[in-house]
Amino acid sequence: MSLQYVGLKDINGPLVALEGVTGVAYDEIARIRLSDGTERIGRVVELAGDKAVLQVFEGTNGISLTNTRTVFSGKPLEIPLASEMLGRVFNGAGKPVDGLGAVFPEKMGDVNGQSLNPVARQYPRNYIHTGISSIDALMTLIRGQKLPIFSGSGLSHNKLAVQIAKQAKITGEDNADFAIVFAAMGVQNDVADYFRRSFEETGAIERVCMFLNLSSDPIIERLLTPLCALTAAEYLAFEKNMHILVIMTDMTSYAEALREFSSSKGEIPGRKGYPGYLYSNLAALYERAGVVEGSTGSVTQIPILTMPNDDITHPIPDLTAYITEGQIVFDRDLDQKGVYPGLSVLLSLSRLMKDGIGEGYTRDDHAAVSNQLFAAYAKVQDARSLASVIGEEELSESDRAYMRFGTLFEEHFLNQGFDESRSIDETLDLGWDLLCALPKNELDRIDEKLLEEKYDPERAARFFGDTDIKADIANEM
Amino acid sequence: MKNTVYSINGPVVKAANTRDFSMLEMVYVGEKRLIGEVIGVTDEFTTIQVYENTAGLKIGEPIESTGAPVCANLGPGIISNIFDGIERPLRDMTKLNGVFVAEGNSLFSLDTEKKYDVTVTVKVGDKLSGGDIYCTCPETALITHKCMVPPNVEGEVIFAAENGQYRVNDTVIKLKLADNTELPLTMVQKWAIKKARPIAKRLSIKRPLITGQRIIDTIIPIAKGGAAAIPGGFGTGKTMTQHQLAKWCDADIIVYIGCGERGNEMTQVLEEFSELIDPKSNRPLTDRTVLIANTSNMPVAAREASIYTGITLAEYYRDMGYHIAIMADSTSRWAEALREISGRLEEMPAEEGFPAYLPSRLSEFYERAGYVENLNGTEGSVTIIGAVSPQGSDFSEPVTQNTKRFVRCFWALDKSLAYARHYPAIDWNSSYSEYIEDLSDFYNKNVSPDFMSLRQKISNILQEETKLMEIVKLIGVDVLPDDQKLAIETARVVRVGFLQQNAYHKDDTYVPLEKQRLMMKVIAELYEKSLEALKNGVPLSDIVATGLFDKAVKIKYDVPNDELKKFDRYFAEIEEKIGGLTVTGGLL
Repeated sequence: MSLQYVGLKDINGPLVALEGVTGVAYDEIARIRLSDGTERIGRVVELAGDKAVLQVFEGTNGISLTNTRTVFSGKPLEIPLASEMLGRVFNGAGKPVDGLGAVFPEKMGDVNGQSLNPVARQYPRNYIHTGISSIDALMTLIRGQKLPIFSGSGLSHNKLAVQIAKQAKITGEDNADFAIVFAAMGVQNDVADYFRRSFEETGAIERVCMFLNLSSDPIIERLLTPLCALTAAEYLAFEKNMHILVIMTDMTSYAEALREFSSSKGEIPGRKGYPGYLYSNLAALYERAGVVEGSTGSVTQIPILTMPNDDITHPIPDLTAYITEGQIVFDRDLDQKGVYPGLSVLLSLSRLMKDGIGEGYTRDDHAAVSNQLFAAYAKVQDARSLASVIGEEELSESDRAYMRFGTLFEEHFLNQGFDESRSIDETLDLGWDLLCALPKNELDRIDEKLLEEKYDPERAARFFGDTDIKADIANEM
Repeated sequence: MKNTVYSINGPVVKAANTRDFSMLEMVYVGEKRLIGEVIGVTDEFTTIQVYENTAGLKIGEPIESTGAPVCANLGPGIISNIFDGIERPLRDMTKLNGVFVAEGNSLFSLDTEKKYDVTVTVKVGDKLSGGDIYCTCPETALITHKCMVPPNVEGEVIFAAENGQYRVNDTVIKLKLADNTELPLTMVQKWAIKKARPIAKRLSIKRPLITGQRIIDTIIPIAKGGAAAIPGGFGTGKTMTQHQLAKWCDADIIVYIGCGERGNEMTQVLEEFSELIDPKSNRPLTDRTVLIANTSNMPVAAREASIYTGITLAEYYRDMGYHIAIMADSTSRWAEALREISGRLEEMPAEEGFPAYLPSRLSEFYERAGYVENLNGTEGSVTIIGAVSPQGSDFSEPVTQNTKRFVRCFWALDKSLAYARHYPAIDWNSSYSEYIEDLSDFYNKNVSPDFMSLRQKISNILQEETKLMEIVKLIGVDVLPDDQKLAIETARVVRVGFLQQNAYHKDDTYVPLEKQRLMMKVIAELYEKSLEALKNGVPLSDIVATGLFDKAVKIKYDVPNDELKKFDRYFAEIEEKIGGLTVTGGLL
């Protein structure tokens, strides 16, 4: 049935209303043909009697009350899905923009997805190797996890995202079934270009599927971008049995688009003007990560968001961290010191890490090393705050050892080159080398036997230019 | 007249110009028969919240009235099961719908095919009233299910089946009611989830819920029949703490409600609990656990219902004489569901967009906890432990503040403790329990008469440290006099050796009360003996050099839970080494 409705009742921001409609379903998609021949897509967001409210993804510029003909499709929004989506570039609504023509669909997929039955989930185990020491050792990314990056304007999150995308691999198996789905929401033109160029230069583009919504693109289309990307990811993971890493940036733009949509709909705002359903809405995206019974693939998510004013209690990072399984947080101070990637170790956390590391996955001493590095670095902060009050000279021997350890840790462990990919062995050995710069009795999170085997102050020697400090450590023991 | 859908806005659906519906009635919406509940009735519109996804629903589809409120089905087969927010069995759903949750399936909550080994406990001629048990059957290896006459029914038995194998829907007895009508009773009864099940009377609170977690059992205890809140920002270990309590607390049955939380967490509970063996019964923990999973991406209205479903199941088992602990993770998500629905109804918001009735809903929920005498004379209890996820980690937000008014036990999780990987990250300064008075009798009688006094000593050391740290922050620890340094050193032992507990260590994950007491005693003894030595002029450095403080920190790993005799060594050593110092110190 292709009943056409001529004209509109009213237009309000991205929303248009029609009157006299019948047989329309909630959430279905309509095509709005303008008199100049162009077509836009709208989604039914409210129905009351014979009135339907549509959300127009491409925006309402140029639409008048009389120049439209609307046809309801009777279906929710679907995009064509196929293995050949890898290596292609799409816009935020899932249409190809790389000039290579339409995707030949193996299947049409409803972008809204459905909620996964918790019984059908498999608990995520085993990790994804990113080659970045701080992430691999201290906040390990697990297959099927959702682990966001919290950053701020001007920090190097984009660079980190590219580095993860080009270095990430599944260990132990053939890397060929690993691929990346990249969704950009409201990013600037040159940032999108940076991503595309970087993927091309490193040759990663062949296994990347990109969905780009630029900051100049219609705002409502932004609400669609992660849905399209995740639908593609789910198809590749659960039906093609691939391991898919989904990188979504910038979730802040997404949430802001949602706020704009909500306010033009006249909804009652919750905190900071965001709609009351922001949590459920974000959860509907993030919860699409996972490992499902009956498939060997996985969907892993790294959403990236910029914290407004570096405020981690802002609703977007706050609600995100309540849904996701941990977070990786950038630290502006470290970034300014020139440490790349300047990650705040103490604020960062991977909740699923404990079950995906150790023997059989990474290395048997992984948990001990990471616990001890965390604990030691926490003490570094205590020592530093004490030093800022009473001066470094007045510190006790052990506090001074921690101050020294802190600097070394940031310089050698956190800091790493953009082109440097460290293996898990390199990373953990480096961790041991640094721990050996501390007196042995301070290493209280490691059991005696392991400590006996691995501890050797000589290991830390390479970090020190002069022998005095080496002697210092020896004395303290 | 057939009622039809007039408007749709997310989970809120309205019907126009009808007088057929009553408040809180359950209805079926649309061709797919989505389950909904009437939440508002006016002359013009009837407002319905739909527990399932409304995508694809059309104006003009039928709305079918059921004449009954939303009910839970209560009978054998609940334990070990996993349900969604309106008690639909999620395992059966995977067989029917695959890996995704689909709409409109009317699966019955319980397995109707399974046969139970039923013992009928009444005979023809018996007069029964609400709460009386008429048959029992083993539900799991741990739990005997007792079928009870529904609370509002009274009558004489005119038929009683033989003992034998029955399915849940088979008639077990028939009652003749006062009006001479016959009422067949099966093993299943229905109960409206939003209505508390009646009791004979509330009893005073006197027994602790023993959890094996030191900071909880000794410093901030929770009573059976009490209510506690665990507020904490993300990453502070709310879920971890709840998992620990669910695994180890001495309730008979655990109802674990995953309300608007992560799907993977529910999978983890399912996996871990089926592998973990309860030491008392040698059975997997799933044999005493029921899970309600309404993850964050499942429909929001059902999230609101999940809390009520959970507590109704708990009350039903309490009526049989069991002690139940409910873990609700997280009540903030439930409050947010209320806010979301309220927003769709365009109600006038109160604080931060939450509806003005948030406090009354919270109090209704927490007041369903209690230690009670049931209608059938047995004693049972429902303990509620609710996690709170304060937005922006700010404890002054409405959900935390209102919850605080209705619970008597408050375990505040602290970010800085969590960052330092001090778990459980319960902050001993801002947490409290009003149950201490009620429970001190139990501890003194059942553990040891010195339990409460030891507890006080440990608390005092912690308080002393908090006070001293103010000074240390300004001028460093070196300038303090020796007795204050000793307090700080002892407090370190308390924090690291006693309060910090390792959930992954085989002995430390659960610690019996007696070991908790002995650990406190070692620390208290060590402190007092050292203080004495200081008075006699021994320098603190000598006392610390005995290594006893470091040894005390490691007791939790060094003394296995079943070899408490080893504690004798510690007391002897304190006596020997620190007592010995006095002499040497004197001689020097």
